[in-house]
Amino acid sequence: MAALWQFPGGIHPTGNKHQSSARAIREAGLPPALILPLHQHIGAPAQTRVEVGDHVLKGDCLADAQGPMGVPVHAPTSGAIEAISLQPVPHPSGLSDWCITLIPDGQDSWGQRHPVSDYQQHERTDILAHIRRAGIVGLGGAGFPTSVKLKPPAQDTITTLILNAAECEPYITADDRLMRERAADIIAGLDIMAWLVRPERCLIGIEDNKPEAIGALEEATRGSLIEVIVIPTRYPSGGEKQLIQILTGREVPHGGIPADIGVICQNVGTAAAVARAIHQGEPLISRITTVTGNAVGTAGNFDVRLGTPVDYLLTCAGAQDKAIQQLIHGGPMMGFTLTNPAVPVVKSTNCIIAAGTGELPGPAEEQPCIRCGACAEACPMELLPQQLFWTSKSGEFDKAEHLNLFDCIECGVCAYVCPSNIPLVQYYRHAKGEVRTRRAEQIKADQARQRFDARQARLERDQAEKEARRKERASAMVARSPLEPDQPENSKAARGAAVREALARKNRTPSSKAGSGDTPATVASPGTGASAAETTAQPPDLADLEKQLAQARNKLNTMAGMLKEAQAGNADNVDKLERAVAKNRERVTRAEQALADARTRVDATPTSTD
Amino acid sequence: MGSVIATSRTSSPHARRARSTSQVMLWVMVATLPGLAMQTVYFGWGNLINVVLCVLLAVGAEAMVLALRKRPLTFYLKDNTAAVTGLLLGLALPPLAPWWVSAMAVVTAIVLAKQLYGGLGSNPFNPAMVGYALVLVSFPLAMTTNWAAPAGLWQAAPDLSATVQSIFGGGQTAVDAFTMATPLDVYKHEITSHVASEVWQNPTFGTGIAKGWEWVNVAFLSGGIGLIVLRIITWHIPVSMLAALTVMSLAFGSNPDVTTPLSLHMLAGATMLGAFFIATDPVSAATSHQGKLIYGAGIGVLLYLIRTWGNYPDAVAFAVLLMNFAAPFIDHYTQPRTYGHRKARRGIASKGH
Ligand code: SF4
Ligand code: SF4
Repeated sequence: MAALWQFPGGIHPTGNKHQSSARAIREAGLPPALILPLHQHIGAPAQTRVEVGDHVLKGDCLADAQGPMGVPVHAPTSGAIEAISLQPVPHPSGLSDWCITLIPDGQDSWGQRHPVSDYQQHERTDILAHIRRAGIVGLGGAGFPTSVKLKPPAQDTITTLILNAAECEPYITADDRLMRERAADIIAGLDIMAWLVRPERCLIGIEDNKPEAIGALEEATRGSLIEVIVIPTRYPSGGEKQLIQILTGREVPHGGIPADIGVICQNVGTAAAVARAIHQGEPLISRITTVTGNAVGTAGNFDVRLGTPVDYLLTCAGAQDKAIQQLIHGGPMMGFTLTNPAVPVVKSTNCIIAAGTGELPGPAEEQPCIRCGACAEACPMELLPQQLFWTSKSGEFDKAEHLNLFDCIECGVCAYVCPSNIPLVQYYRHAKGEVRTRRAEQIKADQARQRFDARQARLERDQAEKEARRKERASAMVARSPLEPDQPENSKAARGAAVREALARKNRTPSSKAGSGDTPATVASPGTGASAAETTAQPPDLADLEKQLAQARNKLNTMAGMLKEAQAGNADNVDKLERAVAKNRERVTRAEQALADARTRVDATPTSTD
Repeated sequence: MGSVIATSRTSSPHARRARSTSQVMLWVMVATLPGLAMQTVYFGWGNLINVVLCVLLAVGAEAMVLALRKRPLTFYLKDNTAAVTGLLLGLALPPLAPWWVSAMAVVTAIVLAKQLYGGLGSNPFNPAMVGYALVLVSFPLAMTTNWAAPAGLWQAAPDLSATVQSIFGGGQTAVDAFTMATPLDVYKHEITSHVASEVWQNPTFGTGIAKGWEWVNVAFLSGGIGLIVLRIITWHIPVSMLAALTVMSLAFGSNPDVTTPLSLHMLAGATMLGAFFIATDPVSAATSHQGKLIYGAGIGVLLYLIRTWGNYPDAVAFAVLLMNFAAPFIDHYTQPRTYGHRKARRGIASKGH
């Protein structure tokens, strides 16, 4: 048994899992229409490749992946494309988004499937591409493309592959049932992932409130090197960062990803989907979703096709329309309310709660914070929720950021324990949104300023060139006088170079005092950084610098684009991207500076004839 | 299924299970009962009457200000925080203090120290201690001569009517027979001219450590431990405060012939009431664990300094108020290290981060 670590804080909410965990997974069947959003993942929305009226087969690709973080969308059954239109999708703010509407023909006939036999005989990149083509994203809720996660940055060596089977949030039992009934699939998927990333250890972290699932996993892993590690039940142990902390004792660095500490974490549902994609050649077209809550008659788990409308699913579970007080997508701790039951099940829909009267009472009236510190005691990220609350509420976003606002995982623990009923997470979301908007505006403003500066510089240069040509012409007119010595301007230029050189040297080796004189002789003296003298003496290569600047600008634009995308998708790498953008912006500024310097130098050298 | 589902949109988490503020405050009040009982047993009816008087006054004053500020009365009153402030004052004030002293303290606490700063949660200073300090400074005589002698309710303590008369009538003289300086006061003054064994002869100390006072303190201690067990307060502030007081006493006052001994520091005066019920007032204390340790220790050190070298025999109120000043500062420099950060981000927010 491996040693376990603990994360600070946490809570023990009422599980409410037995309602749905007792029944076996049921087929949800074919609804009259499937609504398939093009954007069910982090990254750019998929690009449709079908047209209205097309007939498609089950498993056909309907929309292609766009960009590095995109994944495709597939047909969950055979049928006709009825529409490509804006439809309400599951989203905290009730957005509509582009969706493909598929009317099933009832045949449910498969198109081409591409199973990979003997995947170990293939290139790893091919298998990763296959996983990407299968449209697989993390099924735990975040919607992060699995193939991207399985291909960590080159500098990171993966030592530990973790399968997240904690399922710590109340009500949700989708993973539990999946493990009980399809443990072999999960392990097959884990094997593939382990082959891909070649870790030293393969761990499955599971909370001790799922004895049957633990049994099934132990059975399925018997004789393998995979370790099933039972952890104490405590919310949010299934948070990626917390699970990594529990199992390895290490923390994902701020702004980093688990791979930075050699860990990759995948959800059990994702593992099963990977196994299906490789062994059966089936893309991700269905998932297990828990349907529960007091307002449904027969709570349980459904194998449901993506795109199935939530109200259809509720009918499957015998929900009473009138009994439903609140409809929640996800769990009670981190899920969001649905106001429209017609929205489809998407790749991240792990649970639908149809809450009855009094089941999940809305927050009582907010009282003033009494600074009791209960929130800080319970916060698994060791933040100071109440200080975050004060600063978010008063709009002091700088201070909120200083208090590590962006490390908040929005687990809801603080609000759960707050005696004053303060909807703390709502405040943090608002603050994060504000900060992101401001940063985006800042980026825009910076870009505008840069464009302006560049234009200004160009105009000045044109002006200077014109002036130079005029002077040249003028001096050509005047007969060359013997009095005209090159001396003054030469020494002037040389002195300028010397000062620059001295500065450069000072920056390099602050202790070196040598060569700080301003005579050309000092500069020329050997042993004082000949290379620097060279670079300053030679006319700088403008074209080169311009190219560098263009490259830096390009990179900045890409990063900014990625950032925007990530922000739109509420990705958790926003922080990192933001820093990348800032760094690139700096680089651009530096390149511009260098270019401007070089230009003044180039312009100055031949024209300083005063 | 139509779109008939009239569900509301609320923010996660959708589940909550917290003890409400009013429950928390109720538990605090319950936890003071053993101490109040001991006070009554040893010192007579004075504290009990004071508690009732102060709670009523506090709630009344709170209601009045809320009405003036046009705030919903029941919503704010039911958080029980005004009642706790009144209760703490009732427990801390001398049992036989005249009613107007108590009233002054309560009104100051609620109106000045709490509501004028914006009400619950916004007050930088512990309201009860502001009230206490004000009357202590303004009416030093009334505040030092009205401590009931630890006579025991069953023996010579003033009966109910005498107590009521003393508190509400002008006739302070009526109870002079029952009053006595506090043990801390007596020791501090007598030790300058006597040796310890002589000082201990003073009837204030009885046969135990500080006749009656030790039981009152033990009762508050047990109530406080109850609050820790119920997770209403954490151990950090009381433990660090008592530890600091102990260290100071051992370091500077180990000779009982010169200074007040540790036993008296711990078990006479308002030490336990202060450590578990007053210093732990969350609104005006430091917040992180480390911050609480520093905050508590600061109170302990100041308590010793003022008791030993200051003008007042007891100093819980001043020590707490002084550390209230420091609490925001402590908070800035004791931010816990957040997950994934190599070290804690401390200090004041600056643009540079
Ligand atoms: S739990 Fe609520 S009342 Fe207590 S400190 Fe945190 S925000 Fe304030
Ligand atoms: S929601 Fe954020 S602040 Fe609150 S407990 Fe979770 S991580 Fe901490």
